[in-house]
Amino acid sequence: MRVVNHPILGEDPKKRKITIYIDNKPVEAMEGDTIASALWANGIKACRYTPKNQEPRGIFCCIGRCNDCIMTVDGIPNIRSCITPVKDGMRIKTQKGNGTWEELK
Amino acid sequence: MKNIDVAVVGAGPAGLSAAIEAAKYGVKTLVIDENRQPGGQLFKQIHKFFGSQAQMAGIRGYEIGKKLLASAQMHHVQMHLNTQVIGIDETNTLAVIKDHHYSEIKARKIILCCGAAEKTLAFPGWTLPGIMGAGAAQTLVNIHRVLPGEKILMVGSGNVGLIVTYHFLQAGANVKAVIDAAHSIKGYGVHAAKIKRAGIPIMLGCTINRAIGKKQVEKAELIRVDERFNKIPSTEIQMDVDTICLAVGLSPSTELARMAGCKLYYDAKLGGYIPLINQDMQTTLEDIYAAGDMTGIEEASIAMEEGRIAGISCAVGLGYCPDTATSQRVVQNIRLNLSQLRSYKPN
Repeated sequence: MRVVNHPILGEDPKKRKITIYIDNKPVEAMEGDTIASALWANGIKACRYTPKNQEPRGIFCCIGRCNDCIMTVDGIPNIRSCITPVKDGMRIKTQKGNGTWEELK
Repeated sequence: MKNIDVAVVGAGPAGLSAAIEAAKYGVKTLVIDENRQPGGQLFKQIHKFFGSQAQMAGIRGYEIGKKLLASAQMHHVQMHLNTQVIGIDETNTLAVIKDHHYSEIKARKIILCCGAAEKTLAFPGWTLPGIMGAGAAQTLVNIHRVLPGEKILMVGSGNVGLIVTYHFLQAGANVKAVIDAAHSIKGYGVHAAKIKRAGIPIMLGCTINRAIGKKQVEKAELIRVDERFNKIPSTEIQMDVDTICLAVGLSPSTELARMAGCKLYYDAKLGGYIPLINQDMQTTLEDIYAAGDMTGIEEASIAMEEGRIAGISCAVGLGYCPDTATSQRVVQNIRLNLSQLRSYKPN
């Protein structure tokens, strides 16, 4: 859920809606979101599944330190979703294990 | 290879303050930070800072951040953002990476202001999505403007736990409880009072036994502990939550100081291993200084004063302060600020 109005910070400065694709499904994001914050705003909390036990992992540190939230973004695996800004049309995959490199456009 | 007088690693409160002071004396100063935005953690601090007569008291953290950035710009501090420092060597050269490209920066003096990382707590189920650092949740709410969840449990009653709980309430989230294994509230009474007034239970002598959930956390199992933190059998209760925040302390980020070869020592009260520094914030290596949380976990207001001393010390060391009496007086005043800040205890 987004905090649109905040008693101290005022209105959310993010205004422009864009579309990103999570596992090929279109999801609404706001320009200025990170991938992780856009996912969280849409109720999606699993960024990846671990290599050995296929356990879900989500945001843990949210400042790019812990690497728990890595995803495959536009064909590149292991991208820290919590510090990577969204772009219109970005294609994001819930990463399975170590991920794989896809063909770059 | 880029050459610079002073390179500051970290654009948080300590690093910016250090760079500003050095730049005031005409020192060519560069701040390097891996984040896309400078300010460190200041922009998620939406509460007013404490302090009595010390600087910046009564101002909200993000306002302090804005002031520091404006001042850095005014004094022509250079800023390399989105740039990770991955190495440091005995020639004062920093190895950096920006957008997958490697380069080197050689500095006459280096000020390390690398901050700290959140500590964590391991319990069965702690890796489930929805369980995160309190600082992580604070980033989500105050920077990205997204609530971490609808039903939140805060683990830890220190200042971070209490302040972040209050930030959740300001953002409209439902906090079910604050718990702490300790038998007394660890943070300031003023923060705890706000939480209590909002009707949030602060459960002491209580820890988390396990987290339950499949794709994300659904329940927290709490258990009572005795004075020696042993779990008391058959006191488990379950609580419906979708978010568990861990506010269990911070640990200084000393990697670069270690790599440089600075001598470190252990101080449990200050958060663990920290570089040994003198009163000028100089490490055991002549050209390497350190300030802020990486020299011991304290408040941002203290980090700023430490940074200022480091900045001035570098300017003096490089011969930019012919009038040493004046710079010494400034440093004396900062030391006075520091001792006031360190002895300040609200109620």
